[in-house]
Amino acid sequence: MIGARHPLVQLTLARFREFARQPETVFWVFAFPLLLAIALGIAFRNRPPDRVRIAIQAGAGADSLAARLAGARDLRVAVLDPAAAAAQLRTGRVALVVVPGDPVVYRFDSTRTESHLARLVTDDELQRAYGRRDPQAIREVKITEKGARYIDFLLPGLLGMNLMGTGLWGVGFAVVSMRVRKLLKRLLASPMRRSHLLLSFALARLATVVLEVAVLVAFGMAVFGVPLRGSVVSLAIVALLGALTFSGIGLLVASRAQTEEGVSGLMNVVMLPMYVLSGSFFSSSNFPDLMQPFIKALPLTALNDALRAVMLDGSSLAALGLPLAILAAWMVVSFAVALRIFRWL
Amino acid sequence: MPSPAISCRGLVKRYKDVVAVAGLDLEVRAGECFGLLGPNGAGKTTTVEILEGLLQPDEGTVEILGMRWATHERAIRERIGVQLQETKLADKLTVAEIVRLFRSFYRRGREVEEVLEIVQLTEKRRAWVSKLSGGQRQRLAIACALVSDPDILFLDEPTTGLDPQSRRQLWDVVAAFRARGGSVVLTTHYMDEAERLCDRVAVVDHGRTIAFGTPKELIASLGAEHVIEFALADGQAPPEAALRALPGVHEVRLDAGRTSLSVEELHSSLPAVIDELERHGLGMTELVTHHATLEDLFLHLTGRHLRDA
Repeated sequence: MIGARHPLVQLTLARFREFARQPETVFWVFAFPLLLAIALGIAFRNRPPDRVRIAIQAGAGADSLAARLAGARDLRVAVLDPAAAAAQLRTGRVALVVVPGDPVVYRFDSTRTESHLARLVTDDELQRAYGRRDPQAIREVKITEKGARYIDFLLPGLLGMNLMGTGLWGVGFAVVSMRVRKLLKRLLASPMRRSHLLLSFALARLATVVLEVAVLVAFGMAVFGVPLRGSVVSLAIVALLGALTFSGIGLLVASRAQTEEGVSGLMNVVMLPMYVLSGSFFSSSNFPDLMQPFIKALPLTALNDALRAVMLDGSSLAALGLPLAILAAWMVVSFAVALRIFRWL
Repeated sequence: MPSPAISCRGLVKRYKDVVAVAGLDLEVRAGECFGLLGPNGAGKTTTVEILEGLLQPDEGTVEILGMRWATHERAIRERIGVQLQETKLADKLTVAEIVRLFRSFYRRGREVEEVLEIVQLTEKRRAWVSKLSGGQRQRLAIACALVSDPDILFLDEPTTGLDPQSRRQLWDVVAAFRARGGSVVLTTHYMDEAERLCDRVAVVDHGRTIAFGTPKELIASLGAEHVIEFALADGQAPPEAALRALPGVHEVRLDAGRTSLSVEELHSSLPAVIDELERHGLGMTELVTHHATLEDLFLHLTGRHLRDA
């Protein structure tokens, strides 16, 4: 029976106390992701798209073109002399320049999304103004769907990123600091079981993870109305698996490092690629197809995918076989390797 | 005779091209305080960490309470208490929390409050480690070693860097532990500490025992139990040969402008020395006499001082 005097309980309590008594870690774990969510949620809040800015090059026929486009709701039109029009197009202040004549010429950069949009809108307005009629009647229905906004995409990503950061720092940094202080050596001189020490790191993480996830998800639901469509149990299991995986990776990173500076560098090497590639802030599908298998194999990608599936799509665990298997594989391998190469003294 | 607390034979430990321990034999009797004495780098810490089962010797055997590390590691760990040099305990835990943590590792042991009482940290029981003084931290480290009620206590330079009052408090803790019948292995480079605490001492240098015995025996082995130290005006050279020829003078040593003589009896040698200097027309600027110490022994054996060796 495990009572309060059991070494595992005492070790876990010690880990937890050290964490809770460090104001800076409490900030990074709890306050920082909330602030990030607020800032990004406001910056990328949903609003009607800006009107597209285009220019008409001054010259014969420019005024009549301007008159025909005057009624277009989605366009802001200015008549500019050729040099000014070219300069504004080059610097992106207008998305497209219309040169009057026959044929009418559109000058624009086809690789820019905005210019592409400007071409479609301008052409549509102009053709109608010249008398084109739509052969098929269309009715528009406008909706705002919760779950499809940027904040909905962002929040699970922040959660994943936070689980990675606290797992790596919380375990990795603490282990190295104990080694530097010769505290690991002192513990080894007692009859403490080594497995108890390692387990205590994982257990203390579990306690903080529950808080970490609850705070961020509750905040997202209350402030931004981010949905939680899957079950709380599924979310908890995915988050715990993610936390344990990154604890294992933290242990691996810390297994031989002899200085705190050394382990900090290693952690950044491990985390930076995942910050960029794993789809915390923007979808990882933006990267070329060639990189996709590699990106999918990263633990943070798997965790983010699984968290989004549970929160936004309401997926059950059964539907998340692949990402959960990837996480579990990372966890088992990193713990196993870490134990094998771990330096105690 | 009861079986020894510790016995080790032929210990050798090499680090790359350095031999830290070069064939050391030790036997610590049950209930005694055994001192490993020597300068920094003599191999004291390496020796103690081998005895504590933290380092593997390259050669030699160690028996703790009749058991070997290879076969009885856990049983030995249950019965020894260890204080390591330079361990920093967790800053953000309180004194009582840390002792309770260490208590949890042992099957049997003493109550946390009882141990805090022994090391006089009861009032600090709720204080974070980061708020403790050097002496208090060291007493906390010893509390962690005592909480299992061990048979053997290992102390590795426990008073290095402490003020005199903290040192004395620590000595009291050691004395109280011994009063319960515990054995102590202590390393130090303070001679007075060894003379005061230890029943027997091994003087170690370059990984070897160069002298062994009770502090009294060791000092007596000098054959001269008193030391006369003097300096001459204007840095003049003393008449070394004439001084050495005086009856009762065993050794004459010149060291940084000071001359020190090991003598058998102060009352006969001192007047003779003064007469001799006067005969050479030399004036003394300083004169000190003291009982020979382990420091003098180390100087005699190695020609070096312990502190700057």
